[in-house]
Amino acid sequence: MVATDKPAYRVIGSRPVRPDGADKVTGRARYGADVLLPGMLYGRVLRSPHAHARIVRIDTSKAEALDGVRAVASWDDLPPKNWDELPNLGEGAAETRWMARNVFASDKALYKGHAIAAVCATDPHIAEDALGLIEVEYEVLPPLLDVREAMDPNAPLLHDDLYTTDLSGGGTSDEPTNIGKHLEFRSGDIEAGFEEADIVVDREFETSMAHQGYLEPHNGTAMWSEDGELTVWNSSQGPFVVREQLHMLLDLPLSKVKVVPMEIGGGFGGKIPVYMEPMAAILSKKTGRPVKMIMTRQEVLEATGPTSGTWVRAKIGATNDGRIVAAEIELAFEAGAFPGSPFSAGALCALGPYDIENQRVEGWDVCVNKPKVAAYRAPGAPATAFAVESVLDELAELLERDPIDLRLQNAAREGTRLSDGTPLPVVGNIEVMERVQGSEHYRSELQGENRGRGVAMGYWRNGGMETSAHAAINQDGTINLVVGTVDIGGLRATHSMQLAEALGLEYDDIRPQVVDTSAVGRSSVTGGSRSTFAAGWAMHELAQDLRTQLEARAAQIWGVERDEVSYGDDAVVRGPEAEDGSERSVSFKELAGQLYGSGGMIQARADVSPTTVGPAYAGHVVDVEVDPETGKVDILRYTAVQDVGKAIHPSYVEGQLQGGALQGIGMALTEEYFYDDDGVMRNSSLLDYRMPTALDTPMIDAVLVEVANPGHPYGVRGVGEVPIVPPLAAITNAIHAATGVRMQKLPASPRAVLNELLSEET
Amino acid sequence: MQALKVVRPTTIAEAIEQLNEGGDGARPLAGGTDVIVIARARVRDIDVLVDVKQIPELTAIEWDPDSGLTIGAATPCYELYGNADVVQNYPAIIDSATLIGGTGIQGRASFGGNLCNSSPSGDTIPTQIVLEGVANIAGPNGERSVPVEDFCTGPGRNVLGQGEFVVSISFPAPDASGGARFLRFIPRNEMDIAVCNAASAVKLDGDTVRWARVSIGAVAPTPLLVQGAADALVGKPLTDETIEAAAEASKDAATPIDDMRGSIKQRKHLSAVLTRRTLQQAARRARGEDIPSVGGH
Repeated sequence: MVATDKPAYRVIGSRPVRPDGADKVTGRARYGADVLLPGMLYGRVLRSPHAHARIVRIDTSKAEALDGVRAVASWDDLPPKNWDELPNLGEGAAETRWMARNVFASDKALYKGHAIAAVCATDPHIAEDALGLIEVEYEVLPPLLDVREAMDPNAPLLHDDLYTTDLSGGGTSDEPTNIGKHLEFRSGDIEAGFEEADIVVDREFETSMAHQGYLEPHNGTAMWSEDGELTVWNSSQGPFVVREQLHMLLDLPLSKVKVVPMEIGGGFGGKIPVYMEPMAAILSKKTGRPVKMIMTRQEVLEATGPTSGTWVRAKIGATNDGRIVAAEIELAFEAGAFPGSPFSAGALCALGPYDIENQRVEGWDVCVNKPKVAAYRAPGAPATAFAVESVLDELAELLERDPIDLRLQNAAREGTRLSDGTPLPVVGNIEVMERVQGSEHYRSELQGENRGRGVAMGYWRNGGMETSAHAAINQDGTINLVVGTVDIGGLRATHSMQLAEALGLEYDDIRPQVVDTSAVGRSSVTGGSRSTFAAGWAMHELAQDLRTQLEARAAQIWGVERDEVSYGDDAVVRGPEAEDGSERSVSFKELAGQLYGSGGMIQARADVSPTTVGPAYAGHVVDVEVDPETGKVDILRYTAVQDVGKAIHPSYVEGQLQGGALQGIGMALTEEYFYDDDGVMRNSSLLDYRMPTALDTPMIDAVLVEVANPGHPYGVRGVGEVPIVPPLAAITNAIHAATGVRMQKLPASPRAVLNELLSEET
Repeated sequence: MQALKVVRPTTIAEAIEQLNEGGDGARPLAGGTDVIVIARARVRDIDVLVDVKQIPELTAIEWDPDSGLTIGAATPCYELYGNADVVQNYPAIIDSATLIGGTGIQGRASFGGNLCNSSPSGDTIPTQIVLEGVANIAGPNGERSVPVEDFCTGPGRNVLGQGEFVVSISFPAPDASGGARFLRFIPRNEMDIAVCNAASAVKLDGDTVRWARVSIGAVAPTPLLVQGAADALVGKPLTDETIEAAAEASKDAATPIDDMRGSIKQRKHLSAVLTRRTLQQAARRARGEDIPSVGGH
């Protein structure tokens, strides 16, 4: 099914108001922090002040004696279990063993902020007072903070039971190490490739850990009832994945855990792991009362899952006529305290936009004494694209080529093999490059001193995963649509639009709701740019099911054969002419009114796991001005071009492009985890962890290219992640054009840029 | 945040009594944009907040062309930039008042609160210093006045003793030949804390500098009055060379630390840059040019 073969859509491509919009802008929508239950207790967490320390002794007796304190929990309260079982978390499986040790420190605290104990009390102030009464004796150990130092075979170990798993078939290391995983992709003949090159650029790059920066802190309220049923209310990207983690961590039967998804104030990958939910559950079990826990901003920054800080080396060779003949990429990603960085995705995406015959990509996933990383929007890809796109910019400059021309000459297309050997399906890479090159922005002349323009490309593979839904027809001709996919960024709207389109109905006829884990089949997280894509398949299936059932019902009412009746795209069911020559037809709405009494109401269900995912490409153009006296970079103009396949709701797609670009701008210019030598994050507040504000960027122009994904009923590609991939290099390339300085370490903060400018002078 | 008590005195005498009674655990509450954050993070042990905003003197603005301006210590920024006399006569006050926080914070934050918080990076303090501000203090031992440049004694520390608080800040009347300007450098364009800030004030006789004051912040334990910068200018023509000499004096006076907000090298460099820029713009204001407060560097 190719979208371009279809007639124009009626609902898809329009811009209706989201069903959850009014409640969200008026404050009525209920988020995790709004949960209030009778008799509720409030929990707080004692966290390690040290980045690396052995826990010698914990004494909670004074805290437990404080008036108002009801219970204290720590590592010993997690049940012993078989740690080898692996839950499928959608975006990267995490071994439960590591997950458990992240919930509570076991024998060692492995990062500043690592949870040591949790307290619940009748009010949050008492719980906070009680934290000061818990006595913990630490044996402080030197922290490992640098990813490459941690790789050294002689480096001290974070874990004595971590062995390197070689994903390229090399087995498992014999000795414990800080390297969790290793992989290598090879194709062609890398030595011969560099031999053939007339020009080779070889550079090293670093990025800092960066946080997703969702406005809403992590939260969870748990009620462990007397009959052993656990209910958890929280804001997450997927209640089913929360349920699975709680099942594993607490050693409870899956069916004994119910997770109720509250509205979510941003996730970007970071709200997939659980942190305080198991603590709240244990405290609830101990007290018989509901326990609510909400993180402070400092806890969010210090103890949830940012994205990896990285070291990447990119060596790329080209011939004088601009053909890229060899590329060698090496990358080491900080996993934080436990293995599981997005290094493999970073490795796969590094060269995604290009067709390069000879290549070698090698990566390492490395533990350091920092918080365990989590998924963050196109996990891993921004860092490797930063390296590759910076080197390409330098090559274009040396070859005196237009940077887009050079990229077009080497562009990946349908059939090009990615670094892991998989061939690309239909993609819009070239179309995006051409749209960038033809844009008014790219063609305009940039005037003024200290100004420069940069471009960069980005690739992301996107995901499919499971979506379950059911739909029940109401007597008034509307449809109750029930899904288990949390609404982030307008999913209720994009589900409704695709179902309305498939049934020939109006957008307002669909009444969507997101339900808890007891009310619909298991659905994967909202993440991986998968949800609107998978929703299209699910809505398509629901519609086919409903159409079939409605045809059968009409046939029954009319007393005709089932195959003589058909449901039209105008939502009218037609049968054969009656004996008197009159037309047999009934509208969806009329038929809906006749269901009750003619055999009962009609429901449909869909359970999909589509694999025909459409990869996404993005190209960004940015103009900057650099203050030569302060090193401050101002963004003057920004254009984000992206192949979106088909924009279901163009405003929400544009919002994804703008949001991704903005987060990338933050990584490029201001956001960093600033550690002191003791491994303490010195900027764990939103004052000093600097995300760009609305005043730090102009309006970002979003340009949608629609190269339909042939593997989707409506041509949809995932759109949420790839827009964070190009900004890092686009901006540093622009800084280079403005100043002549190449920023190879991010963020390119005023301090860093000024430092480079002052060193240039001397 | 620990549980705490809030009291709301309506007279200066009452406030002194409550602060005195409360001892170390009592703090005055003006706009609360710093003290509530401090209480919540338990940076200080606070059990009583004495809300001084019900005392009439604390939120009054008094202007007299001969004697100058007195602003109540708890007067919020928006009252300052909403006052035509302040806007007309003290554009540097407006520089500071309009860049602190966002609109919501400006409805609460005050110059007195900013001064008493005594942060090295306080964005009103260099302005208060170059405008020859004097803090009028009330306490158990009566009233006293302290020039703003002598008020702060270290990060978060100042000259206030037990039971004392700042009632108001007074500034002399401006000179027709004078101009002043405050600027700060922040990595973002808003909602940020100064890596370095600076204020300059000059009075000119034609091209000659008759009088000057330069103050820099976030580059030492307290905001500094840079006497060397004034010495480099007074009695001399205002030229690129004399401005550069003043900028160098600021750079020499700065004794910054390396931290997550800035490096020593960066802050010393910025001390010079901002001294130069504020001097140039203060001189333009002195010559009658209208330089809007908001609009960057």
